[in-house]
Amino acid sequence: MSSTSTSRDTASVLAARADARAQEGLRADWMPHVPASLSPHPPAGVDPAALTWAETVAPGGYTHKVLARGTRIRLEDVTGDACAHVLVLSALEPWERLNVADTQKIPWQAYLGAGHPLLSGEGRVLATVVADTSGHHDAFCGTSSDAWVRAKHGDPSPQGPTPSGRSLLTLAAAKHGLGPRDLAPSVSFFQGVRVEADGGFRWLGSAGAGASVDLLAELPLVVLVANVPHPLDPRPDYVVGPLRVHAWRERPTSPADERFAASPELRRAYLNTLDHAEARGLA
Amino acid sequence: MSTTTSTSRLDWGSPLVDGDVVLDERVAARAPWSAVVAAGDVLTIVDVGGNQSADCLVFDAHDTTERYSVPDTLAWQGNAYVRLGTVLRSGLGNPLMTVVGNEVERQDTIGGACGKESNTLRYGHHTASQHGCRENFLAEAAKHGLGARDLVSNLNWFMNVPVEADGSLGIVDGISGPGKRVAVRAEVDVLVIVSNCPQVNNPCNGFDPTPLRMLVTRPRRTSTTGA
Repeated sequence: MSSTSTSRDTASVLAARADARAQEGLRADWMPHVPASLSPHPPAGVDPAALTWAETVAPGGYTHKVLARGTRIRLEDVTGDACAHVLVLSALEPWERLNVADTQKIPWQAYLGAGHPLLSGEGRVLATVVADTSGHHDAFCGTSSDAWVRAKHGDPSPQGPTPSGRSLLTLAAAKHGLGPRDLAPSVSFFQGVRVEADGGFRWLGSAGAGASVDLLAELPLVVLVANVPHPLDPRPDYVVGPLRVHAWRERPTSPADERFAASPELRRAYLNTLDHAEARGLA
Repeated sequence: MSTTTSTSRLDWGSPLVDGDVVLDERVAARAPWSAVVAAGDVLTIVDVGGNQSADCLVFDAHDTTERYSVPDTLAWQGNAYVRLGTVLRSGLGNPLMTVVGNEVERQDTIGGACGKESNTLRYGHHTASQHGCRENFLAEAAKHGLGARDLVSNLNWFMNVPVEADGSLGIVDGISGPGKRVAVRAEVDVLVIVSNCPQVNNPCNGFDPTPLRMLVTRPRRTSTTGA
């Protein structure tokens, strides 16, 4: 690239190298913090040294991570305009993945909130929503497709001005060797939808700036996240805010936890999960 | 709880739309089924015994990575229930099929499929030996080179899953009946995989699995120019 528009000297390899190296230490509004202990916003009560993931995801951005069983993930809607479209898959066998239908049907509850399990189709808990200060979430509408974004905003390409959630999840999945067959329906946090008596969706929107959701990984997980507007966001513009992500090691849900037996369905789901983890030497 | 003995009355029905019948098959209780339905053809599913859930997946027949998507279908129409006119969309937002005839007030696509594993959560480990839709889907999908990665949230024709004001959701007594039908037109060539639901622990089949009839009709071409 020409350096004529700046005073940068990148005319030779040595000069280009010096220019590149001089960039270390610059900060962006959205970036991963490595090591995670350097997070500028460590969660209250969490030792920064214990963090295994610290990142702010750009509006219209995505992220992904493989996390150990027992990891606690905090998603935070900094401005009240984030929308975290989340797909979790077992890092052991990715064909075991979030099953939204079972996640709504088995707890007899369509709306996600504290205590809600994110179930796989294999009768196990991939993750538990262990804390939630928002309550404005959605498990019906999934994320936006290219066709949806084209109709509503314009260019859906992942590096364009208005990326679709699908295009971003496609990239996130690809970073783990996963493809379109692996992109099962996702859930979204921080922008809510409710179902009216006739089945119509009523827009609930955001709970406001600063809301957070904590997910606990009950098995080793591949976590894919796209931060794009909810498909039913009524605002005509492409409005989305930054998404803050932190993770740290805790312990998976065990019989000592009240939530383990909060319902008969949950108890059997956690028992199946423990059975699976113990058989594989993961407990 | 339903106390109807559905087998006491079977109505095998007929196509819900006009056209030449190009496929007419009976699906035994608890069995899987699949067929490719050509673009423009209409699949009529007959609920022969009444309140028999027909769990259903749809794939683009020429690129099965493009498949039915519950969230795209629901977000696009802004409604959680499937009715006349609902366009069944893929995960890319593209139309795969359209509901062109429907004799049940609303059809379900949020209740998912039953399976051995999920039955252990829903009813207990004593049900693990029973058959489930996930088994049917996997067995039928394997005939087409598809597997677990290809199973996504599905349609449940003739199943009733209301969402209540507080978000409570569940499978309740059906609102279909013997001989009730739904008709879906293929917008592209589609592979349709159906599990005639074997579940016996909830009212999705009236506690009594019964057969289905699958009819594919092709619209008659009317000549407008003469020969």
